[in-house]
Amino acid sequence: PMIGFFGRSMARETGESGETKSTKVKKHKRRKSKKESKTRIVHANILYDLTKGGDNPNRHYANNKIKTTKYTLLSFLPKNLFEQFHRFANVYFVFIALLNFVPVVNAFQPELALAPVVFILSVTAIKDLWEDYRRHRSDKEINHMDCLVYSRNEKQYVEKYWKELRVGDFIRLRCNEILPADVLLLSSSDPDRLCHIETATLDGETNLKQRQVVRSFIDLDCEFDPFKYNSVIECEKPNNDLNRFRGYIIHRSGRRDGLYKDNLLLRGCTIRNTEEAVGIVIYAGHETKAMLNNNGPRYKRSKLERQMNVDVFWCVVILLVMCLFSAIGHGLWMFQYGDKRPVFDVLSPEGTDLSPVVSAIYLFLTMIIVFQVLIPISLFVSIEIVKICQVYFIHQDMELYDEETDSHLQCRALNITEDLGQMQYIFSDKTGTLTENKMVFRRCTVAGVEYSAVNQYKIEAPNLTVAPGAEPKPNGPAFCPNTLPSLFMYHSEKDITPDPQLMDKVNECSSQMEFMRFHSQPLNQIPPDLCDIFDFFIALTICNTVVVSSPNQPRQKVGRPTTRNYLLSSPSAESTLTKLNEEKRPEHDLQHAFSPTRPNFEKTKALAQDECELRYEAESPDEAALVYAARAYKCALVGRLPDQVTVELPHLGKLSFELLHTLGFDSTRKRMSVVVKHPLTEQITVYSKGADSVIMDLIRPGTDDCKGKRQRKILYKTQNYLNLYAADGLRTLCIAKKVLSKEEYASWLQHHLEAETAIQRREELLFESALRLETNLQLLGATGIEDRLQDGVPETIASLRKAGLQIWVLTGDKQETAINIAYACKLLDPEEEIITLNADSQEACAVLLENSLHYIQAKFLCNPRPDPQAARDYAGIHFSSPVCSPASSGHSSPFLVHRLGLVIDGRTLAYALDKSLEDDFLAVARSCRSVLCCRSTPLQKSMVVKLVRNKLKVMTLAIGDGANDVSMIQVADVGVGISGQEGMQAVMASDFALPRFRYLQKLLLVHGHWCYSRLANMILYFFYKNAMFVALIFWYQFYCGFSGSAMVDQWYLIFFNLMFSAFPQLITGTLDKDVSAETLQELPQLYMNGQNSEEYKPYMFWMNMIDAFYQSLICFFIPYFAYVDSDVDLFTWGTPITTLALFTILLHLGIETKTWTLMNWMSIGFSIALFFTVALCYNASCPTCFSPSNTYWIMQKLLGDPIFYLLCVVTPIAALLPRYI
Amino acid sequence: MMASSYSAKEEDGHHSGSAGLGGTAIRTRKPDNTAFKQQRLPAWQPILTAGTVLPAFFIIGLIFIPIGIGLFVTSNNIKEFEIDYTGTDMSSPCFNCSQSFSWNSTTPCRCVLFFSLDQPFESNVFMYYGLSNFYQNHRRYVKSRDDSQLNGDERSLKEPSKECEPYRTNENKPIAPCGAIANSMFNDTLDLFYIDPNGTQTQIPFIKKGIAWWTDKHVKFRNPSSSNPNLTAVFIDTAKPVNWRKPVYELDTDPENNGFINEDFIVWMRTAALPTFRKLYRIIQKKNNMTPTLPRGNYSLEVTYNYPVRSFEGRKRMILSTISWMGGKNPFLGIAYITVGSICFFLGVVLLFIHHKYGNRNNSSDIPN
Repeated sequence: PMIGFFGRSMARETGESGETKSTKVKKHKRRKSKKESKTRIVHANILYDLTKGGDNPNRHYANNKIKTTKYTLLSFLPKNLFEQFHRFANVYFVFIALLNFVPVVNAFQPELALAPVVFILSVTAIKDLWEDYRRHRSDKEINHMDCLVYSRNEKQYVEKYWKELRVGDFIRLRCNEILPADVLLLSSSDPDRLCHIETATLDGETNLKQRQVVRSFIDLDCEFDPFKYNSVIECEKPNNDLNRFRGYIIHRSGRRDGLYKDNLLLRGCTIRNTEEAVGIVIYAGHETKAMLNNNGPRYKRSKLERQMNVDVFWCVVILLVMCLFSAIGHGLWMFQYGDKRPVFDVLSPEGTDLSPVVSAIYLFLTMIIVFQVLIPISLFVSIEIVKICQVYFIHQDMELYDEETDSHLQCRALNITEDLGQMQYIFSDKTGTLTENKMVFRRCTVAGVEYSAVNQYKIEAPNLTVAPGAEPKPNGPAFCPNTLPSLFMYHSEKDITPDPQLMDKVNECSSQMEFMRFHSQPLNQIPPDLCDIFDFFIALTICNTVVVSSPNQPRQKVGRPTTRNYLLSSPSAESTLTKLNEEKRPEHDLQHAFSPTRPNFEKTKALAQDECELRYEAESPDEAALVYAARAYKCALVGRLPDQVTVELPHLGKLSFELLHTLGFDSTRKRMSVVVKHPLTEQITVYSKGADSVIMDLIRPGTDDCKGKRQRKILYKTQNYLNLYAADGLRTLCIAKKVLSKEEYASWLQHHLEAETAIQRREELLFESALRLETNLQLLGATGIEDRLQDGVPETIASLRKAGLQIWVLTGDKQETAINIAYACKLLDPEEEIITLNADSQEACAVLLENSLHYIQAKFLCNPRPDPQAARDYAGIHFSSPVCSPASSGHSSPFLVHRLGLVIDGRTLAYALDKSLEDDFLAVARSCRSVLCCRSTPLQKSMVVKLVRNKLKVMTLAIGDGANDVSMIQVADVGVGISGQEGMQAVMASDFALPRFRYLQKLLLVHGHWCYSRLANMILYFFYKNAMFVALIFWYQFYCGFSGSAMVDQWYLIFFNLMFSAFPQLITGTLDKDVSAETLQELPQLYMNGQNSEEYKPYMFWMNMIDAFYQSLICFFIPYFAYVDSDVDLFTWGTPITTLALFTILLHLGIETKTWTLMNWMSIGFSIALFFTVALCYNASCPTCFSPSNTYWIMQKLLGDPIFYLLCVVTPIAALLPRYI
Repeated sequence: MMASSYSAKEEDGHHSGSAGLGGTAIRTRKPDNTAFKQQRLPAWQPILTAGTVLPAFFIIGLIFIPIGIGLFVTSNNIKEFEIDYTGTDMSSPCFNCSQSFSWNSTTPCRCVLFFSLDQPFESNVFMYYGLSNFYQNHRRYVKSRDDSQLNGDERSLKEPSKECEPYRTNENKPIAPCGAIANSMFNDTLDLFYIDPNGTQTQIPFIKKGIAWWTDKHVKFRNPSSSNPNLTAVFIDTAKPVNWRKPVYELDTDPENNGFINEDFIVWMRTAALPTFRKLYRIIQKKNNMTPTLPRGNYSLEVTYNYPVRSFEGRKRMILSTISWMGGKNPFLGIAYITVGSICFFLGVVLLFIHHKYGNRNNSSDIPN
C-alpha cells in the first residue's frame, strides 16, 4: 500500500461535524456550565488538596479505577438474565416453560419443564460469570499497580495504586513503566525534553514514538516543581481517537500554548529510553483513549446461521401447523361425543363441562408445550460449542504456524468459522499481503541518470516511451514476466551494494563541498548534478520520521552532547519567527553544528564504525529502506530530535539540519515534506518525497532557459525510468526539493501557525497549508524499491482460483508495478488478455465500460450483461452453454470464466463506482478471471468490496495487512489480517489473523471446508433429530383423541435432546472429516461445494424433514402393530419407542459420519449407556414421585422382554433402509 | 482485557529473553504435534462400496428371514379366542343389559353368552377383557390419579392431590381412590362355564392373583397403615368413587387382595397405551399334564353387565389366550422381520446384478465427493 508508506492514516475518521463549540475560551467558567461544556478543564490537584472534597474542580471527572466487569454480585442475576433474554429463542422457551404453570394447558410437571431452559440459561450464565470473574481479577491487578504520585503533604512523590490516581495529579514516570492514565508530559529527564514511548499495547507497533514536553515547560532547566505549577489546561472531552489531542494550557500570565498529540502520553504505553518524566493526568480510568478504544469482540452472523434461521422459522411454522391440526382434531373428537360424556373425558377441575372449541384452544397451547422440542433449544448452545472447538483446532494446526515469527493463526471472531468454507470472492491487498513488505532499495535515478545497484541486470535504453495514462497493449510483450526472476532474490533491507558510479559521485560531491566550506566559498559553484545528488541523499536521509537507536543497548537513544544549545531554538513558532529576524544567531549556531571537523577525524571514523550499527526504526518499511540505502552511500542518519536531524557525511562529518516543520504523510496528499534550514547554504529548503503521480504534477521546471531546459530533460528522463521501474515491479518514489526565500517562508509560516493553533478544522487547515507549501518543486530523482513476493503466493493463488474463488487485488501501487506483481504471483496469465480501464472522466469511463462489454460479448458470443432478472437465470445459462457463462456468483467454475484480466486505476475506479456505472463495471469485472485495482484509496477498497458483496450477493473475504486495509476488512464478510510488518491495525480489525498469505490456502480449503460441512451437517441433523422425535408424539395424537398425551415420558422428552443424543453430534460436528486434508488441498475444486452451499440447501431441510417423518412413522408403527390390542400400558409402550428413536437417531448419525474415530464410538456408546443408566435409575428410584409419570420398573421389565430386543433390531434397520439405497 | 494484553506482552519478553540467554529451553507457541490436535486421529472411513454394502444386505436378509419365520410360527401356535359381549345387536343376549344400563343402577344385569372352542387350550390360559374406543390414554385422564394415596400415604388419603379433580372429594369427604381412572374402573364380572357334552355346566376355576405386576402389587400400591388389618377402619373417613358400587375395602374378601392392592384395581390403574386394549382378568391354570386347560367343546360366559360403553360407542370383549415366550398372539413382528429381510435380500440381489453388470466401469472412480 502506497498509503501505508510513511505513516499510518487512520482509517477511522471521527466525525467532527458535531463539534461546533465556540473558540472563545472562557477562562473562568462556573462549575455548572463546566459539565455541559464541550471541553475539559484540568487544574492541578495539589492546589485543592487542602480544601477537602467539594471545591476541587476536577472532582467530576472519572477517577483511574477501572471496572470492566459487567456485573456485580447483586446485579449479576437480573442483568445476566436480561441480557440473555435478548435472544429470542430464550424468551420463547421461558414462555413455554411458564405456560406449564397454567393448569388447564400444562403438559409436564411445571418444575421439570423449566429444567432445559434453566440448564441452557445457567450454562451461559456460568460462562459469563467466569469471564466476568477473569475481568474482575485483571481489573484488580491493574488497579493495584503502583505509580508515583506527588503528594502535597509529603512534598514528594509517593507510591500509590493506579486506582487512587485522579485527574489533575502529578505523576512521575520511570523508564519501562506502563502509563497508568493519559498524561500530559510536563517534564522529562531527557536533555532534549523528549520522552519515548512504545505503543505496542495500543496498536501493536513496536517502534518508539517520541513525545514532547509541553512547549512552555521545555525551557525549564531545573527539575519540575509541582508547587510552581499554576496553569489551567483546557482540552477536548475524552474521545477514542488515539491520533488526536487538542487543547491549550493557560498560564497565570495569560499566555496560551497549544497542546498536541505529541504532548500526550497514552495509558497502556510503556516509557522507554527516558529515565524520568513528570506529567499531569488529563484523562483517567475509563475516559482514557485506550479504554475508550477497547471495544468488545465483534459479532458477525454467518451465512449458514442466516440460512439456519430461515429453517428455524419453518420449524415454527411446522410446529404451529401440527398444533393447529391437533387442536382441530381434538375439537372434532370432542364434538363426536356430543352430550354423552365418556368416562375417560375428564371434566375441568371445577367440574364444569368444556365445550369442544374451548378445549381445542387449550389443547393448542398444550401442544405447543409438548412439541416444543421441534424448536431445538440446545441447537444454539451446541453450535457455539462446536464453533469453539473448531476454533481450537484451527489454532492448533501446525501448518498454520509460522516458525519465523513464532505466531500462529488467530481467530478473533469465534462465530464465523463456517463462512470460511463459503467464500466466493477474495479481495487482497498487495503490499505486505502478497509481498513480504520487506523493502530493499534497488535502484535510483538522480538528475536523470540511472544508477542501478544490481549490476547484472541492466535496463535497456529507455526508448520505449509509455505516456502516462496510455493503455498498455493487451497481451503486449512489454510485460513479459521472463525478466522477473532477478527481482525476487533474497536480500535483507540493510544488505545493499552501492552503485560504484554513484558512490564516486557522492564522494566527489562531499569532498568538494568540504573544500568549499573550508574556503568559505559559496556552494552554488558545484555542478548542478552533483548538487542534486547531494540534495537527493539529504532528502532520503531526513525526509522521514525514522527514529535512531543503537542495538547493543536496545531502546536507548543515541546521546549527543553537542546539541544542548539547540534546545533554545525549538521549532516553536514564535521563536522561529524571531530567529528569522535575527540573522546572526543561526550562523553562530551553525558553527557549533560543525564541531566534529577535521582535527578529530580519526575519532569520528571510529565513531562512525560504531554508528554503523545504528538501528533505524521507521513507521513504514519504505522509510527504513531509504535511510539504509542512504547510509550505504555514506550518508548516514545519526540522530533525530524533534527540531533537528543530524546526518553524517564523508569528508563533511556531521551536519545538523534544523528541522522547522514536518508535514507528515497522509493518504490524500500521498507525500510528506520536511522544511529544514540547510546548514551549508543557510537556505530554507523543503524536501518532499512521495508517490510519483503526485510529485510529478507538482514539479515546475524553472522558467529561465538553461535551468528550465535541464529540468525538463530530467523530468522526461525520470519519467521514463519511473515507467521502467514500475514495469519491473518496483515501488517508485519521487524526491523533490524547493528552496524558499525568507519572505516566502515567513508568509507561509504565518498561515501555517494560524492553522496549527486553530482548534476547529485544524486538520483541514493544516492540509491546505501543506498544499500551499508543496508547489513548484524541483525534481531531484526517483527511487525504486523492491518488495519481494511472499513464499508460496503463486501456488496459493493458483489453487484458490482452482477452488472457484475470484481473486481481486486492490492496491495503492502504480499500475505498472501492480501488473508486474500480478504476473509474478500468477494472478495474471501472460496468455490471457488484459482489459485496461483508464479514463479521465465519467463519460470516458462509461464509454470504456460499454466498449469492454461489447468486446466481451463479441468475443464470447453471448450476453453477459447482468440485468437483475437475468442474473438469476445464470444457472440455466451455465448449464445450457457453459462457454458463455459469466463469472457469476455461485454457479461458475473457474474454467467457465473468460480468460481475461481487468486492470483499473484509482481514478477510473472512482468513476466506475458511481451509481450509474457500477452495474456496467460489475458486468465487466465479473466476466474477467482476475481484477486488479491500482492506485486505490482505502475508501475505494471498501467501496469495491461493498459493491461486490451487495450487488452480486456473494461471500467476500478481504485480506490485508495495513491500516489502509482496515475499512475493507471490516466491510467484507470475513476479514483476514496479515500480522506482518505494518503494525497491528489490520489484525485488530480482522476476524482471522494469519502470519502469511499462503496459509490462506489451508485455512479456506481445508478448515473452511471442514467447518462448513461439519456445521451444515450438524444443523441439518439437529433439525432432523428434533422433527423425528416430535413426529412420534404427533402420530400418537391420532390414537389418544388428540388430547396432547405423550407416550414418551416427560423426562425422556425433555432430556432426550439435552443429554441422551447430545454428545455424538457434538463429536461429529467437531471431528468429522468428509474429505481428508490432503485431498482437499490437492483438489481445490472440492471447495466449490461450500461456495454453492451444497451441504445445506433449502431443499435439504425439507428432505431431512421428510426423512424424519418417514423414520418416525417406522419407529411409531412397528411398535404400534407389535403391541396393538395387547395389555401394554402407556409407558411400557412409550419407552421402547423412545429407545428405538434413540437408536435410529444415533445410527442415522453414524451413517452421516464419514470418519469414525475412537471418539465417535465412545460418544455413541456413552449416549446409549447414559440412556439406559438414567432410565434404569429413574424407573427404580421412586414409585410415586414423578406423577403423573408412571414409569416404575418399566425399563427393568422391558429388559426381560424379548419383544423389546426384537423391536430394537428391526426398527432402526427398517427406518434407515432408504438411506442405503 | 488490558491486563491480559499487558501480561501477554510481558510473557513474550520473557520468552525471547530466555531464548536469547539459554537457547536450550525455548518455549514457543508452536502447537503440539499430537494426532488429536492436528485432527489426525486414527479413523475408520466406512466408504459405501459394493464390497461392503452387498454382504451387509445379504447378511441382514439371511438373518432376518429365519427369525421372522420363527416368530410367525410361534405366534401362530398361540391359541386365542375372542368374544364380543357388548350387546349392540338386538340378537345379542346382552342387548337388554347394554340398553338399560347406567352407572347409577343398583340391580345387576346378567347375560349369558355361549361359545365353543374348536381346539383345546393346552397350557395356562389367560383371560382378558378387552375394551375398544376407550381412551385410557387421554391426557387429562392419565393424570387423574394420586400415586401417593395409592402408595398408602396417610396424608394423601385425607388430602388427595389436586390432579384428582374433579374426582377428589365427594360430600366433603376425600375420595379413595381418587381420580378419574379409579372412578371409571371396569366392573363387569365374567364367569366361564364348561358345558359337558351331556349338558352339565362346570365353572372353570380362576386365579385372580398374579395378574398385576409384582412391583405394582408390592411396591407401588399399598394400603394405608398396612399394620391395621381392618381396612374398613382405615378408610372410615373417605368416600367411595362416584361410579363405584362398593367402597374400596370391599373389593375382595381376601385381605391380601383388598383395598388398594386389589389386583383388578391395579391392572386397571395401569393405563393402556392405545384406545383398543385388553387387560388381564383372570388366569386359568393348567391342572395336570394329561388334560388340556380348556378342552375342546362348548362354553358359556356369564357376564354381570355393569360397565356402560354405549356413551362412547365402545366394545367389550372377552379374550382367552395362551401365551408363548413372546407374549400374546401377534403375527406382525414375524411379518415385519420377514419383510425387512426380504427387502434387504432383494436389494442385495438387484445391487449384485447392477454391480456385476456395471461394476467394472466404476471401479476406478472411488474418489469420494
